[in-house]
Amino acid sequence: MAVSTTSVPITYATRVDKVGARYQFTRALRIAVVVLYAVISLIPVFWMVTAAFKSRPDVVAIPPKVFFEPTIEGFISLLTKRVLLPPGMIEEYKQRTDLNFAERIMAERGQRITGPSQYGQRLLNSVIVASASTVLSVLLGVLAAYAFSRFNVPGKGDLLFFILSTRMLPPVVVTIPIFLMYQQLRLYDTHLGLILLYTVFNLSFAVWLLKGFIDEIPREYEEAALVDGYSRLQAFRKVVLPQAITGIAATFVFCLIFAWNEYAFALMLTSERARTAPPSIPTVLGTGGIEWSAIAAGTLGFLIPVIIVTFALRDYLLRGVTFGALRK
Amino acid sequence: MQLTRTQTARAHSRRSLTDVQIQVLFIAPTIILLVLWNIFPLFYSLYLSFTEFSVIKPDVPPAWIGLQNYNKLLSDPRIWQYFTLTGRYVVTTVALQAIVGFGLALFLRERFKGSGLITTLILIPIMMSPVVIGLFWKLIYNPAFGIFNYLIGYSVPNSGPDWLGEASRALWAIIIVDVWMWSPFVMLLCLSGLKAIPDYLYEAAAIDRASPWFQFWRITLPQVAPLLLIAILFRTIEAFKTFDLVMGLTGGGPGDSTELIAVHLYRAAFTRFTTGESSALAYIILVIVIAVSNLYVRSLNRIRGES
Repeated sequence: MAVSTTSVPITYATRVDKVGARYQFTRALRIAVVVLYAVISLIPVFWMVTAAFKSRPDVVAIPPKVFFEPTIEGFISLLTKRVLLPPGMIEEYKQRTDLNFAERIMAERGQRITGPSQYGQRLLNSVIVASASTVLSVLLGVLAAYAFSRFNVPGKGDLLFFILSTRMLPPVVVTIPIFLMYQQLRLYDTHLGLILLYTVFNLSFAVWLLKGFIDEIPREYEEAALVDGYSRLQAFRKVVLPQAITGIAATFVFCLIFAWNEYAFALMLTSERARTAPPSIPTVLGTGGIEWSAIAAGTLGFLIPVIIVTFALRDYLLRGVTFGALRK
Repeated sequence: MQLTRTQTARAHSRRSLTDVQIQVLFIAPTIILLVLWNIFPLFYSLYLSFTEFSVIKPDVPPAWIGLQNYNKLLSDPRIWQYFTLTGRYVVTTVALQAIVGFGLALFLRERFKGSGLITTLILIPIMMSPVVIGLFWKLIYNPAFGIFNYLIGYSVPNSGPDWLGEASRALWAIIIVDVWMWSPFVMLLCLSGLKAIPDYLYEAAAIDRASPWFQFWRITLPQVAPLLLIAILFRTIEAFKTFDLVMGLTGGGPGDSTELIAVHLYRAAFTRFTTGESSALAYIILVIVIAVSNLYVRSLNRIRGES
């Protein structure tokens, strides 16, 4: 405990040099800079989100259209397969009365819907692969990180460096042997194959980051629990895990984001059954140029689940590390 | 500690695991998985790097040619040019991310109304897939209808710079996107480090009337350094391997002005299908990354030891 000369405890936020006009000014300046950064960095995101609701000419209009007539053309393009109507048939097709809402919108563009696209299935594959691999890598990561943090594991430094080094080889190269290996093991184009690969891919990160967090939790807490008659496992579960929850949440979010967005492995190790969304979004290329609004719509659908998870875990992410409060 | 040991010993007598069993049980799954998924590909790639082989000709078995692939690569001046380019890219982009990310974390450290929302919003770029980001920034950088030039003051189409089309600008265009995307990652890790600094350090400094500079250099920076260095370490490794962003934005062009080593490697492996030679290049890259990471990890351990 620190020796405090005043009766009111001085914390970072109420330090004596942190009051007065100058402090208020720098505080306002800091907030302004952060808000400005957030606004600037969100412009591309805003642009992408709005593009999902724009018609084809509006996406590429200059001056940029901030206000526009929203359309769901992009989503229809994303969720369907279409062919270009031959010029003579366009008017004739538009006259038909049996067209549904989506078909009529596409008919205006001279396109005919031939069936659903695979976007929904790909998104579902992404959900399965990313969630399973994230849970697995965080689970294994927590266990390994705890053991590395608390015990004098023989060859600890080398083992930790080995774990780290598994992330250093460019994926492009590992892909060739893994491709051959997966064909032999019948893991090519399966959910399990991708889940295991992403787990391996994320483990190094999970172990290193979690070890960083668990290292910071004072050993005294566990030792006290052990003195109270807990077993090591009980102490781990009831003392260490709750304290490490911030680190676990942060690791979870990052592993999820990596697995969710992974492109190279998914492209080269899946074809039909297990293909995830990232390699399929760029293939939403329409007849006559890139369909920006369809790509934007696909990206939006792809972004929403991650935002929901991050938002749900925001308290853990933003609370800072809980032991900060305990170490005071 | 002595007391703890007797206590744990007593606990073990009741159906509990010994510490050694826990170590093995907790670490083994990770190590086994990593060994299975890395050792085979690693050794197979090493073997292929000494051969003449192409994956698109599976009937032609790999032909052993010794060090020829390495010889060819190491005497090719273009390879060194791509390595230099990659080095410049890695140093610039990671340094900028560290400065921007750490700066943002310092500014966000004290909570204010809406700081949680701002932090979440700043994190959004990390959540988007690099490939999609590449595609989208291509649209944003487009000199005819992109908003980038419009926002920096060129309101007439095609009057501004062609960011991705000019050799002198293309690398910077990629760096801008990479910094935009990954600074929040550094920020988040630094933020959790900053919030963990115990207040009594500042209390003591305040009592001693230490200057803000002194507090920053002697308290804030050393305390955040471990997490900051982990962030930098991972960003460096990832930046060295940057490939999907470049493929989405420029494909290595114009000319070879953005031909980072990983992009070159991808082309050798999947466009020209010189599998043997690309495996050799991958090994050269691996050795360099390991060397650089080793230096990092050492300084990380040294800083950990001090604080």
